[in-house]
Amino acid sequence: MREIDVKDIIPIVKKLCIDASIYIGDDVVEKLKEFQKKEESPIAKEIIAIIFENQRLSVEKQMPLCQDTGVAVFFIELGQDVHLVGGDFYKAINEGVRQGYKEGYLRKSMVDDPIIERKNTKDNTPALIYLDIVPGDKVKITLAAKGGGSENMSEVKMMKAADGIEGVIDFVVDRVRRSGGNPCPPIIVGVGLGGNFEQSALLAKKSLLRPLNEKNPDPKWAKVEEEILEKVNNLGIGPQGLGGRTTAIAVNILHKACHIACMPVAVNIQCHVHRHKSAVI
Amino acid sequence: MSKEIHLRTPLKDDDVKELKIGDKVLITGIIYTARDAAHKRLVDLIEAGKDLPFDIKGQIIYFVGPAPARPGMPIGSAGPTTSYRMDPYSPILLDAGLKGMIGKGPRNKEVIDSMIKNKAVYLAAIGGAAVVMAQSIKAAKVIAYEDLGPEAIRELKVENLPCIVANDIYGKDLFDEGVRKYKK
Repeated sequence: MREIDVKDIIPIVKKLCIDASIYIGDDVVEKLKEFQKKEESPIAKEIIAIIFENQRLSVEKQMPLCQDTGVAVFFIELGQDVHLVGGDFYKAINEGVRQGYKEGYLRKSMVDDPIIERKNTKDNTPALIYLDIVPGDKVKITLAAKGGGSENMSEVKMMKAADGIEGVIDFVVDRVRRSGGNPCPPIIVGVGLGGNFEQSALLAKKSLLRPLNEKNPDPKWAKVEEEILEKVNNLGIGPQGLGGRTTAIAVNILHKACHIACMPVAVNIQCHVHRHKSAVI
Repeated sequence: MSKEIHLRTPLKDDDVKELKIGDKVLITGIIYTARDAAHKRLVDLIEAGKDLPFDIKGQIIYFVGPAPARPGMPIGSAGPTTSYRMDPYSPILLDAGLKGMIGKGPRNKEVIDSMIKNKAVYLAAIGGAAVVMAQSIKAAKVIAYEDLGPEAIRELKVENLPCIVANDIYGKDLFDEGVRKYKK
């Protein structure tokens, strides 16, 4: 049994919050470059160039890529041979968020109550924390800071087996069509299939953790991802919805077993400020 | 993009009638920030027949909730937020004299009709290019609703703030035309 003091987690979480908001992943840059080359619209090409300029300036000025530094979503893989000591693990994560969003000059975007009060909590807490127990004696903390504009374009639909894979593809493509320029395209489309109502949404979010330059390990799902990506980019929405070929730079699918009566499908739309950073303790 | 136009606030009818969708504009002068919560309060004031916290005639509202400024900087990252959430409020502000809005994503029919009626424009900024946008903001101060935090109304002094005309006073819509052009 390995002991980890939760107080040691605070500075790690703080750094994840600041770094994720400033440094974009190489996988996003690589995909944007690939699509910029193929882009036919002059406005679209220029918008992608401005996105690159923004990525450069963000590092130079140490300012967040986007003013919406998101809700702090954490995926924790907790090794079953770890004994967490020194306090409440969830409180430690939230303390890291509090410090990171303050010291990194990140925007505080959380309200305490979804509709009646809607008072800003002023420190970007509470974080959303999802926990998986895994073999081993390590803790892996992944932060996926998520902006509101793209999150708002996401959806869960309880489909039926008779809809077939074609029905699933049509739903995902239509979800992107209806999103238009709202979620800050170029986007990444996360798809969760199966599980339950609630698990499909979590799968869709988790699918976005797969690096964009990594294919789906299962060739039959890789083929579905490619088909959706092509259809989505034929919609003509383009960067910012002003027209073009680059609506999405990747489609990531995760699937799980489900009930004989069910076929849940979730689409989680992610903007081009695709923030995710991990640390292993 | 067809051409680059320098705009100075407050805007006049003569300024906006020159603007066509796809034009790149560079805005200089004073503009105001407002998002969802501030829009609701502004509209409540208008409906109650009370004065707004700033003179809205000829002005531009930028839909943005900026990140906090680092010491010595006027503002933090400041890109646009999604505009459709302001659609229920914008026609009321346009009727009150608002001439321009900056945001991202398309507007609904009511807002587009109101822009034609009131000779006003909607300008698209690049969502996610928030550091680029912040470079054009030279000064910022909260003038109302400090309790809203990032959603407070700020007066911004901007120099050459870059936007693209997405809806002009002639009813044209770049979101609609752009997408139709590249749809397969």
